[in-house]
Amino acid sequence: MSKKDSRVVVAMSGGVDSSVAAALLVRAGYDVVGMMMRLWSDDSMGGADHNRCCTPDQMRDARRIADQLGIPFYVLDSKDVFRDRVVQYFIDGHRAGFTPNPCLECNRHIRFDWLLRNALALDADYLATGHYARITKRPEGGWLLRKGLDPGKDQSYILSVMGQEQLSRTLFPVGGYPKAEVRRMAGELGLDAANRKDSQDLCFLGNSDYRDFLQLHAPDVMAPGPILSSKGEVLGEHKGLANYTIGQRKGLGLSYSEPLYVLAMNAIANALVVGTRDELGRDQFLAERVNWISGVAPTDAFRAEVKIRYRAQAKEALVQPLGSGEMRVKFDEPQRGITPGQAAVVYDGDVCLGGGVVAKLEELPVAAGAVQAG
Amino acid sequence: MTGMREVYLDYSASTPVDPRVLEAMMPYFSEVYGNSTSSHRQGRRSESAIEEARATVARILNCRPSEIVFTGCGSESDNLAIRGAAWLARRQGKAMRLITSPVEHAAVLNTVRQLADLMDIETVIAPVDGYGRVDPDRFADACREGAAVASIIYANNEVGTVNDMPSLASIARQHDVLFHSDAVQAGGQLTLDVGELGVDMLSLSAHKFYGPKGVGLLYVRDGIDLTSVSTGGGHESGLRAGTHNTAFIVGLAKALELAYAEADARLSHFHELRERLIDGVLARIAGAKLSGHPAQRLPSHASFVLPGIDANALLMHLDMNGIAASSGSACKTGNPEPAAVLLALGFSPADATCGLRLSVGAHTTAADIDYALDVLTDAASKLRALKRALAT
Repeated sequence: MSKKDSRVVVAMSGGVDSSVAAALLVRAGYDVVGMMMRLWSDDSMGGADHNRCCTPDQMRDARRIADQLGIPFYVLDSKDVFRDRVVQYFIDGHRAGFTPNPCLECNRHIRFDWLLRNALALDADYLATGHYARITKRPEGGWLLRKGLDPGKDQSYILSVMGQEQLSRTLFPVGGYPKAEVRRMAGELGLDAANRKDSQDLCFLGNSDYRDFLQLHAPDVMAPGPILSSKGEVLGEHKGLANYTIGQRKGLGLSYSEPLYVLAMNAIANALVVGTRDELGRDQFLAERVNWISGVAPTDAFRAEVKIRYRAQAKEALVQPLGSGEMRVKFDEPQRGITPGQAAVVYDGDVCLGGGVVAKLEELPVAAGAVQAG
Repeated sequence: MTGMREVYLDYSASTPVDPRVLEAMMPYFSEVYGNSTSSHRQGRRSESAIEEARATVARILNCRPSEIVFTGCGSESDNLAIRGAAWLARRQGKAMRLITSPVEHAAVLNTVRQLADLMDIETVIAPVDGYGRVDPDRFADACREGAAVASIIYANNEVGTVNDMPSLASIARQHDVLFHSDAVQAGGQLTLDVGELGVDMLSLSAHKFYGPKGVGLLYVRDGIDLTSVSTGGGHESGLRAGTHNTAFIVGLAKALELAYAEADARLSHFHELRERLIDGVLARIAGAKLSGHPAQRLPSHASFVLPGIDANALLMHLDMNGIAASSGSACKTGNPEPAAVLLALGFSPADATCGLRLSVGAHTTAADIDYALDVLTDAASKLRALKRALAT
């Protein structure tokens, strides 16, 4: 099949990365179709026009770039499925005392499922996005998801939800370039997007704060409750569990002989558990909803590097796959900030093997055990 | 994408300019360019072209040339009629009410809404039946207390249904209510004889009948002292200030003249292809329903509700295969609302996001219709399969 006969739907945001991705595909000779998803935002936050992934400005930019590239451009309504799958996950996660990462859910259910299927129904052979990651063929068959070439920009963490079927139908045209080169290409192509800022916050919050959003949709997680020490002493009152995340030090409003950090959120008791910096370190956790990109869960424990937050460094660990889509991870060194709800993503060098959602921290804090013994 | 077959089935949205129209317009750009209000010969030549156009239009509308006001588009004509009548009613101390229907074009509905907001005018919406026809009895009820103006669409843009203009106009007259009609879709296809229709005001737009975009007209019956909404020079009996767009006015008249001179051939062509389209869609797409009236509808216009098929996605599939179509609910921003017209006809909110409008025109062929039916059938089955797959 020549590229001319190969149709690619490219998810366009109007930003640099997806615009250059589209341009590279056009240059390579594919039959390219630009698409944007209309996502959801709460009416009280201005409605769908205020979702930061599809504001009228972004839509206009993407449309202009598609026009410049001579490709058709369509906007698909995915508000309902986005609300049901991603926004609800965010709300439910906070209700359970987690710090959820809705971007992974969006990739799992919306971008690489809903949109991919819409693209295939349009007789496309591939879906392309502007993510910084690479897909390569394994010599023995199947596909590997690898880190983006630019270490500062790698986005494989949020793509760890993908499977073989999806990888076989996906292209990441900018994954093999450094960001600076992508910016340069955008400038060279005269794409208007060259100077736009990368988006950071959750798209469906618009310009609002996530706390205002939760106040509206899950007021229970904004209800005050006790702040407890790890031994159960009441140290103060918190302002609603959703205001905190594990490892947080600022904003606790406590005076104590040493700095205190958030250790855990106990949703059932609506209690915030705090402790010293030493108590924060954990070396072991259980993850669930684990996706193995190869499609087959490894049978034996193996050594790998595990990344527990999008912006964290991957660290050496022993990974034990368990049944029913779980895995246990034991780090060589205790880690601060292992957070239920965040993804734990497993790497072998630059190959992303898969990942799961941190469910619970299992072992007593290493240092806390020492304190008790002493 | 290159070499893809293109089939344009959106003539209700706009039509190509007839080459004979373009030819008639050409001298009025660079040869005859005087300002029609100037007293010199260049000015007089422009003025004469405009007055000739006015006379041509008046013949087709069976009115006096002085009753024709040239405007910039159909929306502007609607604005002038409704706004001008509302201001006139205030000046004359008449009932501050506006009567309209729920299936009007946005140019009418939003003008009425704005006046209701700004002038504290009461709005009365006369209901429609399941085809989109205004119910004469309910319309009579609405007129009983008097009104500044009643504005009822002649032929609906989304579902193609034609209203019984003579009956509605005579009801309005009995109650001394000014009667305006947005006849933008009817232009070129239905009679525009204002004597027969009984209307006091009527809006038209040239680009719906193979004339240029950017020119329209409002018929205003003599004796209606409409208040101008665009003040300035005394153009168009003081109702529409602004230098005449001579070439476009000439184009409008030429296009209208051709449409009615050739009406028999054109309309039977439209009707035949439209029927082929309706028969094909109803036979080949399970669950498809015709929206609007089966017989009392524009000859060029077919519209459907295709349950379970998102109009936005369907238009994308059609466009990817070169077919230009339209829907009352789909929009470029992927934020579809159920089509208000379909809701007013009694369709469910879910069905009201599944509307499809296909409109044929002078250049449509039977082979175009057959190609469109094949593409549409294929797209509908793909989208239904996708919907089933996503639901599991």
